Amino acid sequence: MILPEPMDRTVETFRAERLAAARHRGRRESRSLGGGGVGADVNKTGGIRLRNLTVAYERHPAVHHLSGAFESGSMTAVVGPNGAGKSTLMKTIVGLLRPSEGHIELQGVSPSQIAYLPQAAEIDRSFPISVLETVLLGHWNRVGWFRGISREQRAQAQRALSAVGLEGFARRPVGSLSAGQFQRVLFARLVLQDAAIVLLDEPFTAIDARTTRDLLDLVGRWHTAERRTVVAVLHDTEQVRQHFPHTLMIAREAIGWGPTQEVLTASNLLKARRMAESWDEEAVTCDQAGTAA
Amino acid sequence: MSISAVLAPFAEFAFLRRALAACLALSLSYGPLGVVLVLRRMSLMGDALSHAILPGAALGFVMAGFSFAAMGLGGLIAGLVVAVLSGILTRTTPLEEDASLAALYLVALAVGVLLVANHGTRIDLLHILFGTVLAVGPFDLVIVAAITTGTLMALALVYRPLVVECFDSGFLYAVRGGGAFVHLVFLGLVVVNLVAGFYCLGALMAVGLMMAPAATARFWARRLGTQWLVSATVAFASCLSGLLLSYHARVPAGPGIVLMAGGFYLISVCFGPYDSLRARYLVRSHRQA
Repeated sequence: MILPEPMDRTVETFRAERLAAARHRGRRESRSLGGGGVGADVNKTGGIRLRNLTVAYERHPAVHHLSGAFESGSMTAVVGPNGAGKSTLMKTIVGLLRPSEGHIELQGVSPSQIAYLPQAAEIDRSFPISVLETVLLGHWNRVGWFRGISREQRAQAQRALSAVGLEGFARRPVGSLSAGQFQRVLFARLVLQDAAIVLLDEPFTAIDARTTRDLLDLVGRWHTAERRTVVAVLHDTEQVRQHFPHTLMIAREAIGWGPTQEVLTASNLLKARRMAESWDEEAVTCDQAGTAA
Repeated sequence: MSISAVLAPFAEFAFLRRALAACLALSLSYGPLGVVLVLRRMSLMGDALSHAILPGAALGFVMAGFSFAAMGLGGLIAGLVVAVLSGILTRTTPLEEDASLAALYLVALAVGVLLVANHGTRIDLLHILFGTVLAVGPFDLVIVAAITTGTLMALALVYRPLVVECFDSGFLYAVRGGGAFVHLVFLGLVVVNLVAGFYCLGALMAVGLMMAPAATARFWARRLGTQWLVSATVAFASCLSGLLLSYHARVPAGPGIVLMAGGFYLISVCFGPYDSLRARYLVRSHRQA
């Protein structure tokens, strides 16, 4: 299924890109003056456009002829049953997987300006590194291989830790944290990354209800106050309805992509489940050009 | 053991002093490299690479006799070829890196042993497998010291990305931090150092001096920097005591050194302050929070 792209959308995106470039220049100036706390330099922009994207494992598509856009500044939930290609889509956007067909266009950002929180982070939690050091990695784009970390950047990391409710944990080794606490550390790192586009893959698994609420507020602020583009893979439909204005429902192909109340319907959910369950080992080669479903 | 028993052999024999100096150089770079290998769960990678060096060294031996330069160059080339080849195979086939490396290094080892067996004597084979630390000359010493200096400088340059690559390689990829390059630099450093070590301690023993002190360090320190220090110190202590053991008990130096490193490891497993058997079974009363 392809979702029609109205012309004025494209124009809007174009405007947003120019605006983004202008803001980026301004931001750099403000930084050279030494200003800016976490989230102080607001209004990040950057969108993602998918053009006839197919990603396959051993020739079986996990994402199939997907076209559409995560507009700059939008906040989209990606929902769908297990095996629907949600994580595959995230990994392809980050560049960890290669599309078998079609491509992804990043608008107004470079790949390194995408912050990504993977589902089961392949992180060695027994590694001898402290909570604060982990959070400080969020400054990577500013410090790289060699530059030192300033007192202000350290203070930002401390503030990010308090924002996720981990005040006083800075010196603890990451190995001593629970799974939920560690997830919060990764959120604090996301805060510092200060990225135009934030991709979250099931970010609230293993996190208790109260922390989830706090973190959802944080993510909401990225969207409303700072105009970042947020894409989150989620399973809790109630959460999606309450916090996410847009939804992409996917079952290898897009079942629906648009305002949440229009996409997240019972009939769509049923359709998605049926499509995800149909796996044919001997399926014939797909020769569609991405215009029909 | 009196102090004279420790000092006298080194005061008396120049070759022992040179051996000790070579060991000090090796220990300084082996400490950090071993710790990183342990942290990346690549302990057997060092073993595999040390075997991969063998055919190159053997080829150098066949062409130029027992010369560090010829054997070192051959070993270096063979080790790098195997490291890069296994890296490519890992990315293009479903095999994991350890499996591709295992397949390649065993072939390399077989080729190496065949070469030496056909062109040398049994003594030569023993020298290549177990090293000749007591025959290190002044020129060899300069090469070993230069390798250590270069390694420590390179480690200082790639320290931050190397740590992140070990801890969270996905993140380093996402921020385009050069993870693949750092991995290659690191493997290159391991190969270069194993070549230096294999001349002194032998192809099979060198990796023992790299891994045993690194595994030991884990029981004594929590932080990465401290683990590096502990590992290098334990490596040097093993060398010193191993050389003395070799002198007093008339055993080959290479195995003596690795045996000592094994002793330190065993003591640490039992009595180290962190995660040792003592820490696990000697239950101390817990705190309130």
